Amino acid sequence: MALLEVRELSVRFGGVVALDRVSFDVDAGQVVALIGPNGAGKTTLFNVITRVYRPSGGTVLVSGRSVQTIRSHHVIRHGLARTFQNVALFRSMTVLDNVLVGDHTQTRSGWLQASVPLPGAVAAESASRKRALEMIDFVGLGAHAERPVATLPFGFQKRVELARALVSKPRLLLLDEPAGGISHEEVDAMARLLRRVHTDLDVTMLLVEHHMAFVMGICDRVVVLDFGKKIAEGSPAEVQRNPAVIEAYLGAA
Amino acid sequence: MQEFLQLVVSGIATGGIFASLALALVLIYNAMGLVNFAQGEMAMLATFVAYSLVNRGMSFWIAFPVTLVLAFGGGIVIQRVVIKPAERAPVLTLVIITLGLATLVNGLAGFIWGYVPRSFPSPFSPDSVDLAGVFISYRDLGVIAVSGLVLLCVYLLLQHTTVGLTLRAAAHHPEASRLLGVQVSWMLALGWGLASAVGAVSGMMVAPILLLEPNMMQTIIIYAFAAAVLGGIESPLGAVVGGLIVGVTVNLAGSYIPGVGGDLQLAVGLGIIVAVLILRPNGLFGRAAVRRV
Repeated sequence: MALLEVRELSVRFGGVVALDRVSFDVDAGQVVALIGPNGAGKTTLFNVITRVYRPSGGTVLVSGRSVQTIRSHHVIRHGLARTFQNVALFRSMTVLDNVLVGDHTQTRSGWLQASVPLPGAVAAESASRKRALEMIDFVGLGAHAERPVATLPFGFQKRVELARALVSKPRLLLLDEPAGGISHEEVDAMARLLRRVHTDLDVTMLLVEHHMAFVMGICDRVVVLDFGKKIAEGSPAEVQRNPAVIEAYLGAA
Repeated sequence: MQEFLQLVVSGIATGGIFASLALALVLIYNAMGLVNFAQGEMAMLATFVAYSLVNRGMSFWIAFPVTLVLAFGGGIVIQRVVIKPAERAPVLTLVIITLGLATLVNGLAGFIWGYVPRSFPSPFSPDSVDLAGVFISYRDLGVIAVSGLVLLCVYLLLQHTTVGLTLRAAAHHPEASRLLGVQVSWMLALGWGLASAVGAVSGMMVAPILLLEPNMMQTIIIYAFAAAVLGGIESPLGAVVGGLIVGVTVNLAGSYIPGVGGDLQLAVGLGIIVAVLILRPNGLFGRAAVRRV
């Protein structure tokens, strides 16, 4: 059974068909890219998987369970985490606090325990801080843990968001344009970092990306969408040779 | 000079009252991006509850925490029953709902307790203490101590507990928080409960100074708006600093500017709102609102 199964998924906004019966799988241990021209439906697909949008038809299964049956604040407990295209950080908080929010579901304590500093809660909190700081180190921001995220450059903010998603120990990580809006050197560093996420932390990844060299460098498989339809799927090399993909990107000759 | 210092100290005391209500406004503003116009009326209602408890023979210092708990619960109920159904409505709809809520709560208090002003017992001695020639009343000191303690508790809750962290996260970025496992809707309710309790403190502190009646908070809320706007509307620290500045300014203006004493003090509060919005719209601690176009 695949970790993520997208089955005949359709999403309509009024008369606009954003996704039209799209199906594909992501197996555990894979890194899969979702590519396609602007407006192809990539982010829409992410939003269905993470319960932001409701599908008009079809299903998304995570470890065999339909995401429709999972409440949105429980999505994380099913091993699913994501990052956003324009980073959705808590801007006034420090790097550490941002990552701690990502970790709070790991500390199983109720309201009262979480608001009154009892000994058990204090121990849980320091364990939580330790995990958060380790993850901040992992993404290479150890020196900036106490800085407010708003003061960091965009490339660093993307890594904070990555740390926040990873600290919950997801099995499947959805990345919305991890290389978008950052400089050349940062793109290479991000590719190296994601490879380590894949190998060291054993996280399966589905990513949306426009940067083709980046996609070809880190992905096992590529799914291509155009106008809400899947037009190709295969290894990076296969997809690059596919006439339908070339046409979608460059227009008919 | 002595008179000046006395005015400053009593200004800080009233400032603490404004700060509590301003903080309540800021908590809701951060959670929902709107000003809760019913905040003052909710505080007034809580104060009437405290009044009833004290009238039935309960000591003030037991009635005080009991009222805070009831106000907290009441705030959560209001959020669940009145606000949540309109959660996805435009901000203007929600603003109108809070205005309606203010009228409703005001009428309800009038219906139950009537409009005759009642004296509310002060828990503090009416005496004064002589600090190097400056006479400071125990009432002022008591109000400063209680407001200070409450504000400190809120600060510790927000900044140093996991609940505070997730509360801030939910207010800041609901979508992202939900996916990180935060129960955003309950966090909003918790924010309302907290705001309601903090606001109730301002009501119970101001009632012995003014007289308790359903319209009691209607001038206080103007000062609280001024304090919140001065502090930058989304900064809890700003609300506290703003409250103290407004309290002291209004007190000094009332004594030193001819003609301002009494009724025109409110005009000073309104003047602060207008001046801040024109000169420094983000207040002392606010961030500039940036919008991508």
